[in-house]
Amino acid sequence: MRNLWIFITKYNAFFLFLIFEISSLLIYIKYNSFQKASFINSTSKVTGTLYSQVDALKEYLSLKETNDSLARENAKLRGQLKVSMYVDSVEKHKVNDTVYKQQYSYIVAKVINNSFNKRSNYITINRGSRDGIQKDMGVITGAGVVGQVIDVTDHLAIIQSVLHKNTRFSAMLASTKDIGSFVWGNDLDPHRGVLIDIQNNAQPKIGETVVTSGYSLFPTGIPFGKITNLHAKGGGLLINVEVALAVDFTKLQYVYVVNNKFAGEQTGLEAVQNKNE
Amino acid sequence: MNKRDWRPYKTKMSRTILVNLARFIVLVFMQVFLLKNITFYNLATPYFYILFILLLPFEVPNPLLFVLAFVTGLCIDAFYDTPGLHAAACVVLALVRVLFISITVQKDGFDNEPEPTLSIMGFRWFFTYVLILTLFHHFFLLNLEVFSFSEIQYTLSRVVLSSLFTVFLILISGLLFFRRKERK
Repeated sequence: MRNLWIFITKYNAFFLFLIFEISSLLIYIKYNSFQKASFINSTSKVTGTLYSQVDALKEYLSLKETNDSLARENAKLRGQLKVSMYVDSVEKHKVNDTVYKQQYSYIVAKVINNSFNKRSNYITINRGSRDGIQKDMGVITGAGVVGQVIDVTDHLAIIQSVLHKNTRFSAMLASTKDIGSFVWGNDLDPHRGVLIDIQNNAQPKIGETVVTSGYSLFPTGIPFGKITNLHAKGGGLLINVEVALAVDFTKLQYVYVVNNKFAGEQTGLEAVQNKNE
Repeated sequence: MNKRDWRPYKTKMSRTILVNLARFIVLVFMQVFLLKNITFYNLATPYFYILFILLLPFEVPNPLLFVLAFVTGLCIDAFYDTPGLHAAACVVLALVRVLFISITVQKDGFDNEPEPTLSIMGFRWFFTYVLILTLFHHFFLLNLEVFSFSEIQYTLSRVVLSSLFTVFLILISGLLFFRRKERK
């Protein structure tokens, strides 16, 4: 017994190392699925407040770019107004507005924490469940797709950005509607992604836009980016292409959270279907 | 210990604690609000906060050293949204520190050399110390973060380049706070 005690005290560094290493690895593996990490992350009270205060300072530095992008977006939206459309068929007059039911609505949020140089990147925004944000909603900017909400508190939410090793969105080529999956590449470049698993009878072209397909959380046609390289590695029987991302993740300021009003209905229906099979 | 010796000893001790506390706060803030946003070509990211663990005094008992390393890691994790990742790497760093110091430093000279800083230990020792410890820390950190062997080549180049960046920052900070040797 005494010898054992002497042994332990002599090599105490090693035993301490074992204890702490195992406990930290346990924390890491247990909370790796991230959604469960309710206490050590940036939505917690202390870190959340600190981040939003520092961000209030940083905001001033990119005021000009933010203004520019907002102005551009305003112009685009103005173009979509009914008054700026020329009605070229008589048919259109008959369309009654009550036929349309709004499917998507958008919640503006400010990015208060953002990372883009890790293997798995997350974005924190200053809107939470009190503002109507729920888990699994899509997030976009005026330029394109940003990510997906994975964790919500009362006032803050965390987004798993496109720059994440597990992110996978349904996407398609804008012109031919060939479906594939959009993922982030392996080289940690915040300006490039990969569109994988396109059927091999498709013929993608360089410069073609890759957009969201209707199967995702997003409205159809939100851009991911433009194709830059037709011969990305891997793929095998299916085609992989490299895509330059439309969104500059290094300069995110404001994002829109997409609220799909039919999402609950759709998943409920599909769950019933899966159960029946 | 008689009464005359007791007083200076106590003040020196509390001063060390204060200095280290201040260093901890400054380094964590710097890491989280400044260095987190810095990266070169998606390869080199500095993890400068490990300087806190590197500069703890030689006299720190092992249990305290490991607790401090663990807590530092968790603090950084809280801001990086990676619970346990930095803590694990910091604990590895603490073990390597204990081994390295037990091999290279004689236990007698502690009265004159309370901290492993550049000004006290000299450039050669400090450089090897920082280089080896940083390499270990970054190797564990980045491999644990990626958690797959398929990207090992890319991860290793990240480890080397990030380590160079971190070592560079640490040496610069060492020179900034360089104090001439106070030999008795």
